[in-house]
Amino acid sequence: MPGFLKEFFNRNGTGMGLTILLLVLFWTIGLIILPQLSMLDFSFRPNLPPPEIGGPKDVYTLENYQYLVYGPEGGSQDYNSVDLRVFFRTLIAAVCVTIFNLILCYPIAYYLGQSKGNHIRIFAMMLIIPYWINEILRAFALRIIFGETGVLNTIFVGLGIWDTPFDFIRNDIALYAGLGYAYILLMIFPIYNVIESLDHNQIEAARDLGAPWWRIHWRVVIPYAKPGISSGCTMVFMLSAGALAAPQILGGPSSLWFTQLIYQQFNDNNDWPQGAAYAIVLLVTCILFVLAMMRLFKVNMGDIGK
Amino acid sequence: MSELKLTDVAKTYGPVKVLKDINLDIQTGELIVFVGPSGCGKSTLLRMIAGLEKISGGTLEIEGQVMNDVPPAQRGIAMVFQSYALYPHMTVRENMAFALKIAKVPAAEIDAAVKRAAQILQLEPFLDRLPKALSGGQRQRVAIGRAIVRDPKVYLFDEPLSNLDAALRVATRIEIARLKEAMPDSTMIYVTHDQVEAMTLASRIVVLANKGIAQVGTPLELYETPDNEFVAQFIGSPSMNLLPGKITQTGPQTTVQLDGGGVAVSTIPTQPEDQGRSVNVGIRPEDFVLTEDAPVFQGCVDFTEALGEVTLLYFAKEKDDASEAVIAKLPGIQRNLRGQTVSVAAAPEKVHLFSNGQSMRP
Repeated sequence: MPGFLKEFFNRNGTGMGLTILLLVLFWTIGLIILPQLSMLDFSFRPNLPPPEIGGPKDVYTLENYQYLVYGPEGGSQDYNSVDLRVFFRTLIAAVCVTIFNLILCYPIAYYLGQSKGNHIRIFAMMLIIPYWINEILRAFALRIIFGETGVLNTIFVGLGIWDTPFDFIRNDIALYAGLGYAYILLMIFPIYNVIESLDHNQIEAARDLGAPWWRIHWRVVIPYAKPGISSGCTMVFMLSAGALAAPQILGGPSSLWFTQLIYQQFNDNNDWPQGAAYAIVLLVTCILFVLAMMRLFKVNMGDIGK
Repeated sequence: MSELKLTDVAKTYGPVKVLKDINLDIQTGELIVFVGPSGCGKSTLLRMIAGLEKISGGTLEIEGQVMNDVPPAQRGIAMVFQSYALYPHMTVRENMAFALKIAKVPAAEIDAAVKRAAQILQLEPFLDRLPKALSGGQRQRVAIGRAIVRDPKVYLFDEPLSNLDAALRVATRIEIARLKEAMPDSTMIYVTHDQVEAMTLASRIVVLANKGIAQVGTPLELYETPDNEFVAQFIGSPSMNLLPGKITQTGPQTTVQLDGGGVAVSTIPTQPEDQGRSVNVGIRPEDFVLTEDAPVFQGCVDFTEALGEVTLLYFAKEKDDASEAVIAKLPGIQRNLRGQTVSVAAAPEKVHLFSNGQSMRP
């Protein structure tokens, strides 16, 4: 038995330790790993009607993955440009949402983390309470704000700033706002947690040592907050790349999110293997991208858990 | 030469006055210690000198220049923080070079300055380590090093030893004293609540109390001739006994009939009009000696503490009021005094007189 397990059992007793361990294993293996493995399995199989499953035609194949790259066999194009474009657009948009969110949330988190007093608790509550409202309702609320006859257009057209209503939805502004808004807390709180533990003397020392404010952030606060920033960015990126409700409700008619394609494959086309393959591609790409970013910014896996 | 001058400096937070009427003239090469009970504003005063806290009133001059609105880095000061405030992601070298790098000093000069400071502080083997790989005392030295490389006119220390354990505190205290000796031209201001640090390090001590300066003086001046009851009781441990009484004889020597029954004689002279005045007689516990005749104080020993080198006697209170118990500190080991009635006296030159809280010393 490895040392940490022995210590774990010593601390919790055998009965309690075993219960906790089994629950954790059930959670990770039973609810996460096994379903994902079965998805992985699906993705390598042809889409067959139920009677033929397990039959001679049910063999492993790469056709689902090939479909994403090359499109239908004998199709008019060399590549599946529609789906690929959606795929890359989704990734780039998720990166943009993440960066936008970071720029928006860092000052808020810094303010919350470094000020003292009761008003901080009120601010935090004001940030949290809107999230009691469910995601769909929040998305539709944004539609009310951004719609063609929505609040913003009524105001701006009424004031005479614009002649005709601006289509926020077709231009994806509503989508980005919705995605940005949806994950604000996931960005703020990890950064807030780290910055709260930053000794305020370090900032004062930097002032004493002659650093201007931007340099204090660049050289002192941001390096210190790096674990929180990377953990927040990872969550926001993963969740916006995998978001479904916001693109469905706020996305323009011409701009699909890759998750919507996956949803269509599962639901409308009833092609689970194809959907599974798309989902796996999205998952693996996102993980590789995050790992690459972590290496680029010299973040350890352990930091994410902070 | 006057290095740093405070004139009528005040600090207010909204309607709350924290400090007022601070007047202080600090000479080049002095080591000034600000000492006072917690919450007396000593750290605030230091931070005002550093430029981290706005000065609400009065002026701060450094080398004759008014510095009230000059940003911290341009005041020619360097501060050492209580929590060290080292940057955890930077090596010792980078931490020490931080200020010079921001000031865009050429790399060769930075290197030389860091090396020199590291040599003074014996940090050379640790230059490439991160702060977390250092002991508390070493971190403290890095924090001092970060100040030294800037070659400031005035060093500011904010309770630099309070995060260290007792043994290390004594060692670091001696190191700071040595450092000061090695840099005779640099001026230092040092904030502490520990009076031993104040007594051992300071060339002059500033005692802060009640939003202002209670007394400024060399450590021994404060000990031997405190201006008021606050300083008398703040400096020295256990603190000075204050015994109420009435002056019965004035002249070059003053006699006081104590309310507790004893008679005290002090070398502090008084005028005839002081006859009958209510005063407090101040006697340090260590100035009491056992006596057979003419006691200043006589009481039952309620409790003793034997420390080996000295024995502390706590006398039972006459009345069960709020006044503090009288304490005597006798040299050596005194056995079997608990429960006994003991008489103590003090030499007239060791007897202080306070009227309305202020010393009657002319």
